[in-house]
Amino acid sequence: MNWSWMLPEGFSTVSGDIDFIYYVILWITGVIFVGTEALLIYFLVRYRHVEGRKAAFHHGSTRVEVVWTMIPLFIVIGLGIMSKGVWDRVKREVPPGGLGYIVTARQFEWNTTYPGPDGALGTADDFSTLNALHAPVGRPIVLTLRAEDVLHSFFIPEFRIKQDAVPGRDITVWFEATQPGEYTLGCAELCGIGHTTMNGAVTIYTAADYQAWAATQSAQ
Amino acid sequence: MSTTEKEILHAGGGGGHHEHHELPFLRKYIFSTDHKTIAKQFMFVSLFFLVVGGALASLMRWQLGFPGQPMPGGGILPDAMMAPTPDGAIMLPEFYNSLVTMHGTIMIFFAIMPLLVGVFGNLLIPLQIGAEDMAFPRLNMASFWLAVPAGILMLASFGVEGGAAGAGWTSYAPLSSSGEWTGVYLGQQLWLASLAVLGFSSLAGAVNYISTVINMRAPGMTWFRIPLATWALFITAILILLAMPILAGALIMLLFDQTIGTAFFRPQYGGEPLLWQHLFWFFGHPEVYILILPAMGITSEVLSNRARKPIFGYHSMVLAIIGIAFLGWIVWGHHMFMSGMNPLLGTSFMISTMAIAVPSAIKVFNWLATLWKADIHFDSPMLHALSFVSMFIIGGLSGIFMASTPVDMYIHDTYFIVAHIHYVLFGGSLFAIFAGITFWFPKMFGRMMNEPLNKVHWALTFVFYNLVFFPMHNLGVQGMMRRIYDFTQYDYLQPLQPMNRFITISAFLLVASQSLFVISFFWSIFKGRKATDNPWDSNTLEWTVPSPPPHGNFAEIPVVYRGPYEYSSPESDRDFLPQTEPPRGMPASAPAPAT
Repeated sequence: MNWSWMLPEGFSTVSGDIDFIYYVILWITGVIFVGTEALLIYFLVRYRHVEGRKAAFHHGSTRVEVVWTMIPLFIVIGLGIMSKGVWDRVKREVPPGGLGYIVTARQFEWNTTYPGPDGALGTADDFSTLNALHAPVGRPIVLTLRAEDVLHSFFIPEFRIKQDAVPGRDITVWFEATQPGEYTLGCAELCGIGHTTMNGAVTIYTAADYQAWAATQSAQ
Repeated sequence: MSTTEKEILHAGGGGGHHEHHELPFLRKYIFSTDHKTIAKQFMFVSLFFLVVGGALASLMRWQLGFPGQPMPGGGILPDAMMAPTPDGAIMLPEFYNSLVTMHGTIMIFFAIMPLLVGVFGNLLIPLQIGAEDMAFPRLNMASFWLAVPAGILMLASFGVEGGAAGAGWTSYAPLSSSGEWTGVYLGQQLWLASLAVLGFSSLAGAVNYISTVINMRAPGMTWFRIPLATWALFITAILILLAMPILAGALIMLLFDQTIGTAFFRPQYGGEPLLWQHLFWFFGHPEVYILILPAMGITSEVLSNRARKPIFGYHSMVLAIIGIAFLGWIVWGHHMFMSGMNPLLGTSFMISTMAIAVPSAIKVFNWLATLWKADIHFDSPMLHALSFVSMFIIGGLSGIFMASTPVDMYIHDTYFIVAHIHYVLFGGSLFAIFAGITFWFPKMFGRMMNEPLNKVHWALTFVFYNLVFFPMHNLGVQGMMRRIYDFTQYDYLQPLQPMNRFITISAFLLVASQSLFVISFFWSIFKGRKATDNPWDSNTLEWTVPSPPPHGNFAEIPVVYRGPYEYSSPESDRDFLPQTEPPRGMPASAPAPAT
């Protein structure tokens, strides 16, 4: 059994930044957890009922209250500032020069449409794959995420990317893989009876291999 | 106070009469207007639903621990739930989805919420403020008798064609908006109707609690002499009053989408699925605090009493309750970081969500400081209250992970969330409920509980609870999604099978341990040692009246001289100083201080 709190290895250009915030929070909360629980146990032992000992008659202290209001406040402000930068980078700043795909979710499959040799989506030479997503390494992949029926959630754990697909909306998602290989595409939003089967493979190629793969696909 | 003033107060107390005339059985036990009887009614019904919710969770855990394997005894369930095979019955995915949905719904709306609000709100508010009953006793009765049909509707949905609702307790549209996506038609409609009825029950309770606290406090019971349990229940009632109409509106809109062809949430006809999420969570996040604030109040009562020490920072505790309740209205979007909502809004909801960590931290530090230089008695209510504090620390800290939008991108909709919610709702609310039941049981039933049995129950619950829910953090960190029927469909999740099996076995033991509480509960009702008026040497008003208190509660409306937590005061030779005890040198008949 894996009792580890370490994240699985990440393989996208944003996974390092996301994981860093996770570990910062893990350290901060870990220290607070150990500190408060240890203090609790110490008090329970030290101030357990002993015949003839009376508790202190003490109602509190404004100074102490101010201290333990400010400390958590500064911690969360710091975490908020850290998080905002990464969040904006992932969700609000789509890098230029990306390769555009359309990903359409429906019960219970992922359908990816790729631009053909003309490099443009929505033309006759487009081709598509079912429950598979193929992409080159080292280049931003900019997805237009759609859903045909109910909510689904596009989730590639190794890339730390998650985005709900909403019927009636086009939502932009991007990622850039850092290493060729096979990864997992899953659905993270309950979408019906077959939700559990709604997964696919993400295949990341080198740039040359991707060209070759795309050529065979558009030839068909 | 003059005699006439007292008479007016009595008359205002909802028909308070002390002459004891026997009520017919039906009026006394079934259609009772006595807040204490209604509290007991809520207790029996919601403990029943707690057992139902636990049974549903056990079924779910079987499938997760032993995916696709025949379930022992599963053959007795109908074919719509379990697929019969030669080796035994295997759970169907549609039944699993119903289990996910109904476990959450029943635990939140029919177990935890009525246990906290229905039981302790009814029991404690009039007794702790020195009132004879609620402001509107008949409305109070209606509140309970609306909850009963709501519960029957919810349970009945298991038996209808298509099965019970299967779109999650959050019922996200469009999945929930039409049976074409789930195969569940009537079940989903019953779910919506049941919760709408329950909403009216909660509203009836809420207006009652608010009116009672504002208008019916005994002389001398100033705002800052109100015990923290009643403070928390009062603020909770305000949250319910404001949040429930939003839920009711959303439920009715979804019911119309389901039945008469409207398109509020159905995109193919121009509806907007995100509108459901906004409405649901605008109700749903205050709901989270409805489920935790009363638990915090109960914990404060028990902790201060069993530590024989004034609660540390009473005023900051009250302000923290109000602060949490206020901030609770502007954080709903943190459930929607991945929903497709504008990411800029994500940032503002992240900031408000992080801010709510501050009042929560204040409360934890105040509880810890209450134990400093205390005189701690480890009775079973105290063990549960201490468990609340230590488990709430974990639940609060794990919340910081998903408050951070980038980290949430990975852990959203994984078992990390399941772990978090159970650390707050089970580790938090349910331990506080056990603390509350074991603490006020003598007042409710006139008998002490079986303390050795309670202690064994606490120890087993504490251990197995942590063995069930702590590893769920690890599952989430490994990327296991929630609400998933068969995680082994994903290659990368297959190594998690041993941990899932471990959790399942622990869950069975956790559920089995609860039988000790059931035994202790019923044994104590009939066989427990007779309770005195004030078995815990407490200061608050409910302990100045007989156990159980008579109809009308107080033989004479009490006069309050001080705050509720004057334990170990040098003013008294004992280690407690009841709120009603006149200050030294002041005769009992002296006029009450101005309110």
